[in-house]
Amino acid sequence: MLEVTGLEAAYGRARVLFGVDLSVEAGQLMCVMGRNGVGKTTLLNSVMGVLTPTAGKVVFDGRDVTRLPTYERVRLGMGYVPQGHETFPQLTVAENLQVTLEATRHRDRAAVAEALEVFPRLKEMLKRRAGFLSGGQQQQLAIARALVTRPRMLILDEPTEGIQPSIVLEIEQAIERLHKERGLAVLLVEQYLELALRLADGFVILDGGMVRHSGTAADLRDEEVRRLLAV
Amino acid sequence: MESLLNQLPIGLSIGAVLLLIALGLTFTFGQMGVINMAHGEFIMAGAYTAYMLQDWAGAQAAAVALPVAFALAGTMGWVLERTAIRHFYGRPLDTLLLTWGVSLVLQQAARDLFGAPNVQVVAPSWLNGGVTIGGGTLPYNRLFIMALAIACVAGIWAYQNRSAQGRRMRAVMQNRELAACSGVATARVDQLTFFIGSGLAGVAGVALTLIGPVGPSIGTYYIVDAFLVVVAGGLGQLRGAVIAALALGMLNSFAEFWTNASLAKVIVFAAIIVFLQFRPQGMFVLRSRALT
Repeated sequence: MLEVTGLEAAYGRARVLFGVDLSVEAGQLMCVMGRNGVGKTTLLNSVMGVLTPTAGKVVFDGRDVTRLPTYERVRLGMGYVPQGHETFPQLTVAENLQVTLEATRHRDRAAVAEALEVFPRLKEMLKRRAGFLSGGQQQQLAIARALVTRPRMLILDEPTEGIQPSIVLEIEQAIERLHKERGLAVLLVEQYLELALRLADGFVILDGGMVRHSGTAADLRDEEVRRLLAV
Repeated sequence: MESLLNQLPIGLSIGAVLLLIALGLTFTFGQMGVINMAHGEFIMAGAYTAYMLQDWAGAQAAAVALPVAFALAGTMGWVLERTAIRHFYGRPLDTLLLTWGVSLVLQQAARDLFGAPNVQVVAPSWLNGGVTIGGGTLPYNRLFIMALAIACVAGIWAYQNRSAQGRRMRAVMQNRELAACSGVATARVDQLTFFIGSGLAGVAGVALTLIGPVGPSIGTYYIVDAFLVVVAGGLGQLRGAVIAALALGMLNSFAEFWTNASLAKVIVFAAIIVFLQFRPQGMFVLRSRALT
C-alpha cells in the first residue's frame, strides 16, 4: 500500500535521512522506532510532503505521490496525525471536524459521526474550543480529525507522547480497533516499546537516518534490537 | 457642553472611515501576516474606479462603484499575491520592501493615467443633506459610510464564522501545516483571503470619494492609520479592529475639538504608542492552551 524507497531529506544543509526504504502492506500495522533525533518525524513529514524529500520515492496505492502537495495525499487516503496533538485551537471541536470534512472528496457527514464513535468522550465537548481541551483530549481530536478524511492508511507520529496514562490506553485501544476491526493500514511512530509490542505486525528501527533493523513483532524481543532502542 | 456632544457623531464617522480602510488589512495583515504597503494603492484604485464610472453612471457612480471596486482591487491583490508575495511568505522585511516598490509603481501609474492633480467625485444626490442631532448636523454621506462599515463588518463576520470558506481560512491561519494535513488546499485559501482583503480596500476607496478629493497619493494618507487600527485591535481580531477604529475616531474628534487637526494627530499617535507599551499584543488576543 505504501512503498518508500531511497528517501533522503534535509533541513537546509543538515541531512537527516540517508536513503530510507520502507513498505507497509494493506491492513498492516507498521511501527517505526528509534531513539530521539534519528529522523522518525522527518520520515513521516517526508512521506506526507510536509517536507520535500531531496531524493527517493513515495508510492501510495501504486501511485507516485512524491511530488504531490500534502493536501492531495490526504485526499488520496493518507490520514496523518502529526506529532504533538495538533488542532485548530480557536475552532470548536465540531468545527475542527467540519473544516476537515469540507476539505474531503466524499463530504459525507456520516464520517464525522463515525470518527466520534471512536472517541465518544469528544461528543460532550463539541462546542468547546480545541485549544482549551487537555492534551489527551486534543490528541483524540487530532486522530478523529484524521479519521474524518476516511483514510485508507493512518499515519501517526507518537500519538501517546506526553499524554496521561488513562487516555494513552484509550488511544491504544482505538488504534487497535481501527487496525483489527476496520483493517486500516497504520504507520506508527512510537518510542514506547511495550505498546509497539502489543500493536505492531512489523517494525523498522531507524538510527542515524537509516533503517538499521526491520522485522516482525516477535523480533522486537531480540536483544540486539533492544540495544538499538536503549538510550 | 452641547458642542462637546456634537463631537460624538463626528468621532463615530471618523471611526467608520478608519474601520473601512482597516478591514481589508485584518485579512492580509491580521490573518496572513503580510505587510502589504500597496494596500493603500488598492484604496486608491477603488477611489479612481468611482471617478471613472462617473462618465457612465453619472451621479450614481459611487454606489455603482462599490462592487466594481471590490472586484478590481481584489483582482489586483490576487495578481500581486500570485506573482510576488507568495514567494516571500515568512520573510516580512522582504515583503515590506517589495510591496512598497509596488506601491510607488502604482502611484506613478495613477499619475500617468489620471494626472497629478486631485479629482472630484460627485456624490449621489440622495446623499446631500443630513440629519440634525442636538445642535449639529450629521451629513448623509457620513451616515452612509457608517452604514457601509457596519454592512462590511457583518458580511465579514458571517463569512468567517458561517461559511465553509471562512472556516477554512481560520483553520489555515491558526495552523497552516495541520490544515494541509487535513486536506485543505492552503494556497487556494491564501489566494481568496488576499482577494477579499484587497477588495475591501477598494470598497474603502469608494467611500473616501464621498468625503474628499481623490489623488494618486490618497492611499499613503490612510495606510499608516489602517495598520495602527489593526495593530491596536489585535492581529486578526475583527472585534478588536472595530473597537480600535471607534476609539481612535473618538479620540481624534475630541482631541481636534480641544486643540487642532495636526495636534490631534500627535495625540492619537502618542496614545497608541503608550497603549502598545502596555499591551503590545493589542486589545484582543487569541488565547488558548495551545498558544500559551
